[in-house]
Amino acid sequence: MAFVILMFFLIALMIGAAIYAIVQKDLLYAVIATGVISLILSALFFLLQAPDVALTEAAIGVALTTIIFIITIRNTVRNEDKFKDKDDIKSAVK
Amino acid sequence: MKKVIVLLLLAVTGYYLVISFMDLGKYGPVVETGVKDFYLEKTVSELHVANTITSIIVNFRGFDTLGEVTVLFLAATALGGILYKRRHDVGERSVLFPSSSIVKSGSKLLFPAIILLGAYVFIHGHLSPGGGFQGGAIIATGFLLMLLAYDNFSVSHNVLSFIESFAGIFFVLFGLAGMMMGGTFLENFMPVGKLNDLFSGGIIPIIYILVGFKVAAELTGLIYTVLHEKEN
Repeated sequence: MAFVILMFFLIALMIGAAIYAIVQKDLLYAVIATGVISLILSALFFLLQAPDVALTEAAIGVALTTIIFIITIRNTVRNEDKFKDKDDIKSAVK
Repeated sequence: MKKVIVLLLLAVTGYYLVISFMDLGKYGPVVETGVKDFYLEKTVSELHVANTITSIIVNFRGFDTLGEVTVLFLAATALGGILYKRRHDVGERSVLFPSSSIVKSGSKLLFPAIILLGAYVFIHGHLSPGGGFQGGAIIATGFLLMLLAYDNFSVSHNVLSFIESFAGIFFVLFGLAGMMMGGTFLENFMPVGKLNDLFSGGIIPIIYILVGFKVAAELTGLIYTVLHEKEN
């Protein structure tokens, strides 16, 4: 029973992080929220007795993907509201 | 209009997904016959490998693993091709600002430990959870840390491509050697040793070490390419 409650808690946390990532206008926070999703997903894989997949998810999902998104934000725009038009974004990217 | 179409498509997909999920438990446990017992039994009795998943990935389904490695290779190649024109010369300048000295010394301290963990994961792939892909990805995160901390840290693309080609060629050669000795691609032709020994499982540890080197080289090259993109 405790296991099921833990699972549901983690899944609820995942959904919460996903909603936060969509709603948040500051893209850096959104990317970190997606990293949190991957982290919890990795914990879930481990609880479901798939340690191999958990390792992959932890390395790829949490570290590599998040960092690559952060680098992308660093080279483009951080705030979603600032640029409404496609041309604005193009000019920001240079 | 666009939104309506998207919603409609999502609704249709969701409807069919729900229908297919409803059928899942209807006929009792799905897997009752088939190869699963064969895999479980052969893994311990014939291959002497402690980790069943590894034996399936590298031995029974080794050809699929070769395909996966090829997909990763093609993705890295395509990214390198797209970014080729916009890239600086190797080691000239990273797109990031230099980090603080705390980050620098911290990453210097962590880097060998991460590499060691990655090597451990893929060398012990047949004994404990993990394997080539996981170990390679962990090693790549170690290099990523160094690239983020030191803006003048550079890895040689020649060395990376040499490691990658070497590992890929030897993967195929070991597969073909199995074909010559036994009969099928990636057939185990080496002595299997004792269960739970480091030197056990025939060609499985060798293949996984090769895959680990290949994945580490590919992912490191990929990150390096992305980080050293020109800004204008």
